[in-house]
Amino acid sequence: MAAITIGALTKEFPGGVRALDGLDLTIVDGEFFALLGPSGCGKTTLLRTIAGLESPTSGSIRIGSREVTPLPPGARDVAMVFQDYALFPHMTVQENIAYPLKIRRQPRPARAAKAVSVGAQLGLDGLMARRPAELSGGQQQRVALARAVACHPSVFLFDEPLSNLDARLRLEARTFLKRLQRELGVTTVFVTHDQAEALALADRIAVMEAGRIRQVGTPREVFGRPANTFVANFIGSTPMNLLPGVVSGGRVELSGQALALPPSVADALGDGEKVIVGVRPEYVSLSRDRGDLAGAVSIVEHLGTSSLVTVEVDGLLVGATVPEDTEPEPGTPVWLTPSPARVLIYRHDDGTLVG
Amino acid sequence: MIPTVVRRIMFYVLVGFGTAFFALPVLWLLSAPFDDTPTYAVRPPREFTLANFQAILDNRYAVGSLVNSTILSLGTMVLVVVSAALAAYALSRAQVPGRDALIYLLLLLSSVVTGTAAMVPIFLLIFELGLIDSHFGVVLVLSGGLLPAAIFLLKDFIDTIPRSYEESARVFGASPLQILRQIVVPVARPGLATIAVWTVVQVWGSFLTPFILLRNQDKQPAAVLVRTFYTEGGSPNLGLIAAFSLIYSIPVVLMYLLAWSRYGFRFHGGIKS
Amino acid sequence: MSQAEAAVGVAPVRATPTDVVGLGRLRAGGFITPALILIGVFLVFPGVWTLYIGATNFRLTGVAARQPDFVGLENYRRALTDDTFYHSLWLTLLFVFGSAVIGQNGLGFTLAWALRDARAWVKRTIEALVLLAWILPSSVVAFLWIAMLDRDAGTVNALLGRTPGVAWLIEYPMLGIIVFNIWRGTAFSMMLYSAALSSVPPSHLETARLAGATGAQTLRDVVFPHIRRYALTNTLLITLWTFNDFSPFLITAGGPGRDSEIVAVYIYNTAIIGGEMGYSGAISLIVLLMNLLLALVYLRAARTRRRSA
Repeated sequence: MAAITIGALTKEFPGGVRALDGLDLTIVDGEFFALLGPSGCGKTTLLRTIAGLESPTSGSIRIGSREVTPLPPGARDVAMVFQDYALFPHMTVQENIAYPLKIRRQPRPARAAKAVSVGAQLGLDGLMARRPAELSGGQQQRVALARAVACHPSVFLFDEPLSNLDARLRLEARTFLKRLQRELGVTTVFVTHDQAEALALADRIAVMEAGRIRQVGTPREVFGRPANTFVANFIGSTPMNLLPGVVSGGRVELSGQALALPPSVADALGDGEKVIVGVRPEYVSLSRDRGDLAGAVSIVEHLGTSSLVTVEVDGLLVGATVPEDTEPEPGTPVWLTPSPARVLIYRHDDGTLVG
Repeated sequence: MIPTVVRRIMFYVLVGFGTAFFALPVLWLLSAPFDDTPTYAVRPPREFTLANFQAILDNRYAVGSLVNSTILSLGTMVLVVVSAALAAYALSRAQVPGRDALIYLLLLLSSVVTGTAAMVPIFLLIFELGLIDSHFGVVLVLSGGLLPAAIFLLKDFIDTIPRSYEESARVFGASPLQILRQIVVPVARPGLATIAVWTVVQVWGSFLTPFILLRNQDKQPAAVLVRTFYTEGGSPNLGLIAAFSLIYSIPVVLMYLLAWSRYGFRFHGGIKS
Repeated sequence: MSQAEAAVGVAPVRATPTDVVGLGRLRAGGFITPALILIGVFLVFPGVWTLYIGATNFRLTGVAARQPDFVGLENYRRALTDDTFYHSLWLTLLFVFGSAVIGQNGLGFTLAWALRDARAWVKRTIEALVLLAWILPSSVVAFLWIAMLDRDAGTVNALLGRTPGVAWLIEYPMLGIIVFNIWRGTAFSMMLYSAALSSVPPSHLETARLAGATGAQTLRDVVFPHIRRYALTNTLLITLWTFNDFSPFLITAGGPGRDSEIVAVYIYNTAIIGGEMGYSGAISLIVLLMNLLLALVYLRAARTRRRSA
């Protein structure tokens, strides 16, 4: 059990590539914490630096009360599960699980018993004598987890733990992982590029881009109030509408039409300022009756129990979701009304949230 | 477009030719040893006999030469596998500057500076070291020649082993030597076996180096000795040669079969298929 | 790690291993050392020593054995005006070109290409036979071919139905050793091309097929571009190996006379039989340089191919 504190962490690779750029982060003890971002954002580098497999150029990492930056990986009391699980092919499941204990020189009977009990905890009874090659993907993942659990570390580090599983299995494994972490209560940091996964699993998320953290918050915060346009664009299974406009007299003018500014931000902005209006398609209602924005239906995409309708509003493309069986025909003139409480305003020049 | 029938015929002709070309010479090895009066012809033995094999036992140096071949092969194998494994692992995992260039250079070197081109200096070197007429000297020279290729092949193989195994073990607290012993060597077994078999095959049949460095017939391996089998009349003792060649060939053929069946030994020349 | 540094939260610069496995530069160097020593002493050093020996008049016996004199470039001058040396070089080039560049390469590729879709047992049988030829010790293979090519009882003559047959090794010794070397060495090329061919993406072959390309066109447009690099590497390796190959000695010992005295045998005859260490050292160096030249030519060809590819 330990909190993780990262201070001014920078990692520069030869050639000048800055994988981590002065990061500060605090992960609370017992938290399920996600590092989320597109490829190349530095999330895996950060994870590996916490593990000790990469050395930072400058900065510090504390686990619990210990300064671990100078310590080698084996001395940090962390356990890491790799994307490909790294199960040793020449050892049985039981030997794999017991391996960390073997390194710690626990006597054979003790570590065998421990391996069996942890294996049972993760539903691996009856598979103990098998080799990894004889297991299914889901079983392999659980063996890798069991190996991490068996050594009772202060911190779990998971590198894209679910990406090697097929889509259906992934959802089951998600639930399993969350329950396991809650039971064990061990601080867990996991890396993913899948925003839905991060939202579902994590207690808090750090959204990263190009070596920097763009926002840290709970899933609700990150989803409901993204701190900047990057996060707004990245989070959410349907892309958020980001509409450029200009402030004018308490309203935002969007290429010929206008929306009312939410009162909370009206004071912070002056006339003529360029902004970006952000509102999720799920919070835009579409109807034939009069609303805020007028346009014509361009594209309809079926998503299952709802559909995403793209409407052309004076040259701007705005998305709105409608329940199934109510999709309008392409070309129909419609009105869009964004829910005022869900409208977010971003400054145009740096993309930060206003208010 | 060549019609399929013609194509099919061409294929069979090629396969037939290939089979005949590669099989025919070997047939002598299967018939002559058992022949009472063997000639160079491939034919069923006029009179089946095992007397030729008896002659091997009667020959002063024959059996000893097989032992010598074994000593040289196993000695070189151990030396090559151990030093190549360590070097290949280090070259594969550590950031050694100029690594790829070094390996290619060494490989080139080992193809160019062979026994023939360096015959003279090797002879003199071994002479100066006082290792003429010793198996150890031959083992050293052969190892030096085989190592570049062995390292090249092994490094390629180790490159294909995911690093996550070693990283995982490292995060669990294993030391580099523990990782090498407990994780890398077991996983690399097929590659190590390939190199071991390849080394043994190369040394078992190696002629020039033992020929130059070993003067004493007691020490000479089978490759060299087989050329000394003459009758009193001065003509080659075909029965003895044939029988001895057969016995001499069996171990390497068996080794190869063993390696192939267990590990799917495939000599790629560096390509992963 | 001082308390002050800990308080400030700055990590000191330490000599951490930069590789992920934790080997560290020192240990990695230690791992490489045994191999490097062996290679250095028994491969590199003799190669370099040849340089020196070639500049002396060192002999196996006699006065020059005890105290060789430095004769500078005398040996080299002699080699470059020596007809037997040129003769030997010419024979070697024939040998290399015939048995390696054309023979092993061609046969290896043809077999690999023909067998790529063949039934499993056919493929396995041919591969087993070809590999057997490579595995058998060279001394044994020499006898097998002496038997095959024998004038009176040899299988080749028996198949050709001639009596008395042709004394192949007497009348056509170069042909004999060329066939011998093709037989012995095709395995390497065949396995290499087999692996190279299986690395050609099937989708490329199928695209060509759908476009109506013939077998020859597919070979030219799809296959060769993909395997060009492998073909060059293969040709380079077998050229170098064959250039320095001593095993024809086991069949003809350079004879009859000097008719099949390839350069490896020539060096042996000069050094051990003739006792002229210095002179043969010079020849060895010339051979070494020729090999390096060949290697450079190939590497240059490989690099330009890549650029134009």
